[in-house]
Amino acid sequence: MGFLIESTLKAVGIITSLDREFISIVLLSLRVSGTAVIIATVAGILLAVCIYQMQSPVKRLLIPLLNTSMGLPPVVVGLFIYLLLSRSGPLGTLNLLYTPTAMIIAQCVLATPIIAGIAHASMISADPEIRFTALCLGASELQATLRVIMETRYSILSSVVAGLGRVIAEVGAVLIVGGNIAGYTRVMTTAIALEADRGDFILAIALGMILLLLSLGINAVLYIFQKRGAID
Amino acid sequence: MNFWRSSILCILLVIMVLAVSTGNAETRIRCASTTSTQNSGLFEYILPLFEKDTGIKVDVIAVGTGAALELGKRGDVDVVLVHAKDDELKMVKQGWFVNRHDVMYNDFVIVGSPEDLADIRSVHSAMDAFRRIAESKTKFISRGDNSGTHKKELSIWKAAGINPEGKKWYLQVGQGMAKTLRIAANLRAYTLTDRGTYLSLVDREKLGLKILLEGDPILFNQYGVMAVNPEKYPHVKYKEAMTFINWLISDRGQKAIASFKDARGNQLFHPNAD
Repeated sequence: MGFLIESTLKAVGIITSLDREFISIVLLSLRVSGTAVIIATVAGILLAVCIYQMQSPVKRLLIPLLNTSMGLPPVVVGLFIYLLLSRSGPLGTLNLLYTPTAMIIAQCVLATPIIAGIAHASMISADPEIRFTALCLGASELQATLRVIMETRYSILSSVVAGLGRVIAEVGAVLIVGGNIAGYTRVMTTAIALEADRGDFILAIALGMILLLLSLGINAVLYIFQKRGAID
Repeated sequence: MNFWRSSILCILLVIMVLAVSTGNAETRIRCASTTSTQNSGLFEYILPLFEKDTGIKVDVIAVGTGAALELGKRGDVDVVLVHAKDDELKMVKQGWFVNRHDVMYNDFVIVGSPEDLADIRSVHSAMDAFRRIAESKTKFISRGDNSGTHKKELSIWKAAGINPEGKKWYLQVGQGMAKTLRIAANLRAYTLTDRGTYLSLVDREKLGLKILLEGDPILFNQYGVMAVNPEKYPHVKYKEAMTFINWLISDRGQKAIASFKDARGNQLFHPNAD
């Protein structure tokens, strides 16, 4: 127990000393996951709208498919993106493997179904009157859908936050496609895994604390959005 | 439909900007290497020196030797630094790699809990030690990941005439060296490790592992470096990879390796370029 307390105190020391390596790892995590979620938000909402507007029977197939992919295992996504971006793979010429961009692509694949799934679910659970009223007032299909999106914006925002919470804590995919290269593709989760192996628990605990604080912050934001959504 | 088209264009644009922003002007090469070189901190020590001399940044992807060779064969890296000389020479012959050089060595040791249930302290060869472990059915942790250490371990079992595969006391964990040592410590089991990784564990004393057998010539551990064949993969940065190889085997590179010490002042790798 003494060991745990002592290490934790030293970890707080690292955080407050603003060690350069430490800061750059945290910033890279935020950059990669942030960018991934921004792209995933656009793609996810587009996907949700597509499915929402779809009339064909394919829709019945797509919805369970979407729900399943909300829980894609990160290592499998990592493996898939690795094979895609590998020099011997179909997109090898892009030279993206072992770069932050590859990590963004992998996290984007993880976050898009989550955002699309939650956004779609909230759109169908929105009051159908909204859509009919808009259509009656002469709105086009697209304008009516945009109206529905506006009405469910808090649920959609909470889907974005849920996506961010998922990817920033993920280790399997970024490890495979990023390679955990020091100072280049080493993010919080992969750094924790490495330092725990090496026995340098203090840096690992410090990064773990930042990760937990971020998760806490993300969940607080999620809670606020959900509450607002409920009030509206 | 305009909305869709512009949104998709937006996404493509963002991806392209990101792709361009990461591919900046500095020269980087990729080196696939083993967990032992990364866990010990060797690269953190010598790469800044190399970068200062040549301006080339080396991105290290640390995996097992088997996986590192595979990355080279797929053209995903420019150069590999591994420790499985027979395999390396075979792959040079097959045309996957060129310009292989010995770089440095250290040795493997057998570690275990100090009680030494199989009493391997009283023998002097790794083969006898493995026989005793098998006879006493004491737990043995195998890397099980096709790494250089794993290959060495398998060759010792073979030389001892034992097939441990499927035995209850023989546990294959499929992890890097440092994690394997942690598992061995927690299960009070034996394992084969390179000395460098064992010495470099920050919390070694707390783990309670002891070196129980060392010095058998079979435990010699040679590291070699080689470049991915540019005739197989024209995109590899062959020139920069050769700059790195030539630096490693030069006096300066060899001195840098010799002067690398762990936190307790142990020399972990001994240069022996040919």
